Amino acid sequence: MSLAGKHIQRDLNFIERVFKINWVFIFLICCPASLGFLMLYSAADGNIEPWAKAQMIRFGIGFFLMLGIAILDFRILLKLAYWFYGASIILLIAVELLGDTAMGATRWISIGQVQLQPSELMKIGLILGLAKYFHGINFEDIGRLRVYIIPFFLILLPAGLVLKQPDLGTAILLILAGSSIFFLAGIRIWKMAIALCLVIGIVPVIWQFLRDYQKVRVLNFLDPESDALGAGYHILQSKIALGSGGIFGKGLMQGSQTHLNFLPEKQTDFIFTMLAEELGLVGALGVIFLYMLIISYGMFIGLKSSTQFGKLLAMGIMVTFFLYVFVNISMVMGILPVVGVPLPLISYGGSAMLTLMLGFGLVLNVWVNREFRIGRRPNSILPHSNI
Amino acid sequence: MGILGMKSKSKATSINKIVTRRAFIVGGFQFALLAGAVGRLYQLQVLDADRYKMLADENRINLQLVAPLRGRIFDRFGLPLAENKQNYRLIIIPEQAGNIKVALKALSRLLLLSEYEQQKIKKEALLSKNFLPITVRENLSWREVSRIEVSSPELPGINIEVGDSRYYQFGSQAVHLVGYVGLATKQDINKEKDPIISLPSVRVGKNGIEKHFETKLRGKAGSRQVEINAFGRVIRELARDDGLPGDDHVLTIDMGLQSYAMSTLGDESAGCVVLDIHTGDILTLISSPSYDPNMFTTGISQGQWDLLLNHPRFPLTNKAISGLYPPGSTFKMMVALAALEAKSINPNTSFFCQGHITLGDTKFHCWRRGGHGTVTMESAIQKSCDVYFYEVAKLIGIERIGEMARRFGLGNSVGIELPGEKGGLVPSKEWKQSVHGTPWQLGETLIAGIGQGYLLATPLQLAVMVARIANGGVAISPRLIQSVYRAGKIIEHTKKPAQTMNISPADLAIIQRGMRQVTNSPGGTAYKARIQNSKYLMAGKTGSSQVKRISELEREQGGYKNEDRPWRDRDHALFVGYAPIDSPRYAVAVVVEHGGAGSSVAAPMARDILTEVQRRDPARKESVRKPFATLPDEIKKSYGYPVAKKS
Repeated sequence: MSLAGKHIQRDLNFIERVFKINWVFIFLICCPASLGFLMLYSAADGNIEPWAKAQMIRFGIGFFLMLGIAILDFRILLKLAYWFYGASIILLIAVELLGDTAMGATRWISIGQVQLQPSELMKIGLILGLAKYFHGINFEDIGRLRVYIIPFFLILLPAGLVLKQPDLGTAILLILAGSSIFFLAGIRIWKMAIALCLVIGIVPVIWQFLRDYQKVRVLNFLDPESDALGAGYHILQSKIALGSGGIFGKGLMQGSQTHLNFLPEKQTDFIFTMLAEELGLVGALGVIFLYMLIISYGMFIGLKSSTQFGKLLAMGIMVTFFLYVFVNISMVMGILPVVGVPLPLISYGGSAMLTLMLGFGLVLNVWVNREFRIGRRPNSILPHSNI
Repeated sequence: MGILGMKSKSKATSINKIVTRRAFIVGGFQFALLAGAVGRLYQLQVLDADRYKMLADENRINLQLVAPLRGRIFDRFGLPLAENKQNYRLIIIPEQAGNIKVALKALSRLLLLSEYEQQKIKKEALLSKNFLPITVRENLSWREVSRIEVSSPELPGINIEVGDSRYYQFGSQAVHLVGYVGLATKQDINKEKDPIISLPSVRVGKNGIEKHFETKLRGKAGSRQVEINAFGRVIRELARDDGLPGDDHVLTIDMGLQSYAMSTLGDESAGCVVLDIHTGDILTLISSPSYDPNMFTTGISQGQWDLLLNHPRFPLTNKAISGLYPPGSTFKMMVALAALEAKSINPNTSFFCQGHITLGDTKFHCWRRGGHGTVTMESAIQKSCDVYFYEVAKLIGIERIGEMARRFGLGNSVGIELPGEKGGLVPSKEWKQSVHGTPWQLGETLIAGIGQGYLLATPLQLAVMVARIANGGVAISPRLIQSVYRAGKIIEHTKKPAQTMNISPADLAIIQRGMRQVTNSPGGTAYKARIQNSKYLMAGKTGSSQVKRISELEREQGGYKNEDRPWRDRDHALFVGYAPIDSPRYAVAVVVEHGGAGSSVAAPMARDILTEVQRRDPARKESVRKPFATLPDEIKKSYGYPVAKKS
């Protein structure tokens, strides 16, 4: 107790925190973002309107949000973790009650001029909540099953709400991100295996809950070319765009698939396709390499943290980031069904950008406070303690 | 405390170890998955790149057909009978026009646009893609074009397009020759392999030369490679091949003569053919009444069409080649020639005509109630004595008559380059047995002797027959196409080889003498219709073929005068002839349906036409005087003709 207490008292002042910000990580983040601006410029046939400019403004706002969060007091993060989780849940419920419906799905909530997608915030909220929960868990208790009951519901509640919107992609991502935190926190492998079996068992049940368009998407994914002009059209056109790009690509603004509108949603979900068509394999590999660097560096930051909360928070965010990259790239290449997941930092979209910057702010904060130790129970929420 | 601290530290260490280990597992897992994605990328962008490049091009490149210019049709002196006239179309592109209602309102200040037309355009705009042009009006006049062009700055999205449409300068005067064009029907499209005919701007020949030489007139389609976007909008043109314009056809027709003959026939339901007896050139081919083919270009209304279809004198039928008529007395030359060749009689053999001949209990009448008295071959032809030919026919039999008739081109189609030619009929015993199932009767031979009964011939066949008599028995075939031009060069010069028919010149001379007397000796059936100018004298033969059997009662009452009968029951009036008599060059056949007597109706027409053809003498003029010399340079250029550069 005293040891832990000693560490708590090692506070950093504001200036020290600013100087400890990891500018390398920030630079890495700026790379794909800049590439994103370029692609949005190309998507608009060489205009910064309507996409590139708006995206830059959002990135600018997000940038300062990230820096602001990076220099926050670490204890405030821990303290507000559950509150953030709770607020995200409330917003999700609010969406359900008074959200805007677009294309059969209710995902947006309007606050004045700003449209917010609470499911984006939920991704951060879930990681914060789980990180805080596992931070407070006794090492001996890791092996006990009952320890997982609360975090199980911490995942299930938002996943269920998102699925109801319906947004299958985000729901699955939430479950995967949550499960990865379970895993990182040290859950026994065989318990994970049982959970996996359960999930597989639930698949037919979930299938019942799927909307028709979601079922069509999954079925089309299994055999896209059977219905080239129907719903499989997007995947096929995306593959044609990717493949026709070849090794060096067709050049900026020269992508025939993209600029002649054969490719749907080129500025959002299918921006990787456009990038690969215009910049070729070289450009695509470059982007993937950049993402790998960011993920590795983020995971490294997590490992460097002295606290369980910091580790799980940073790594949880990086896993979520990874999942977005992987699902989006796989989806446009026809490895996974089209689930409507953007390519982080590059796809056009405000909510996703702000969520990402918020997440990176948290990762940076973990870095700034990596030597900061904090007790298991600053204000315990555990049902019991054996100490 | 220390132990607890140690314990706590070791606990922290071990949990750190687990987290670190697991972090590496998660990291490795992530790398493995991304590596998989990279592998897929490699497969798509390197291994399968060619296939996808091809698919991308298939997506973006669209091959569009470009309609070739249709070949034109000229008369022998280069007058254009069918040409492509530029047609100004007013189009509106909804996307550029913005509010289509406002645009149409602005347009209606310049052009009379009915409420119905406006509604139709608005409806069309709703249904089609907004970047595709909609035709507002076709065939704009120059005034309308200039009025719209002047105010074009205030009319966004409203353009004038130039297209080609078929134009027939001589309209109804040559329609049965030239024919007309129209949109391809579904059957045409299914039957034809050439995809060009399904283009909305392409017309196909529906009749006449336009139909018969359709594939040659059509030309070769060009193509245009264009880049299109996902909605089918053309972004730019990548490549273009203009194709080959259709072949120009120069006809043997003398349009001046054709027009003259047309007016000579007037409103009669008639067919007329003028031939060059040596070359077979068809100088004139007429079917009357006629209709204007330009109606079909702009679109014919159902009412107009019904009117044509139900007209009692069948303007849609080409009577010159499809009209079948008993040749009547014009057939008598065949009977005479057959008899001379068979040596059954000599030219001086005479028969006595008392007005009729009796066979069994049937009376066969001569057209002249009182009879002609004693007639020889020449005077029988001159006076068209029926009794003489009853006797001759009875003597030589139907087979010899038929054989001679077929040698002169009757009974079989002559092979004119027009659709719908009929072959006529020359009966034989065998034919009668197989078609009617009854044996040939001698009485039928007698009737055939005066060109009645089963005998049927077209005016064209009659013209060929008389031409072969006039040219001394050379089996000329009529031809309509003189030459064919492709890109300004003659590629075809039609000459049909003609063989002698092995008719004795002496026999033919007798027939010709008889025919001369018809028009030049008093008592000849067409003496009144003779040509008086000694330079242009003609020979010929009249014919009046009965359509309705005249009963004995009617004959007795004398009530069978043509004028007293309803039009449909009147005789067909025929005349065949040639001129000039000393060195014949032109042959004519005129058939006036239900015209009455050949001598009083058909012969004067033939006289006028034969006078005109000799006056014009088209056969002896250099026929094609560089047919396109008179046309403006840009039109010549569009057909690939070399155009002299202006210095």
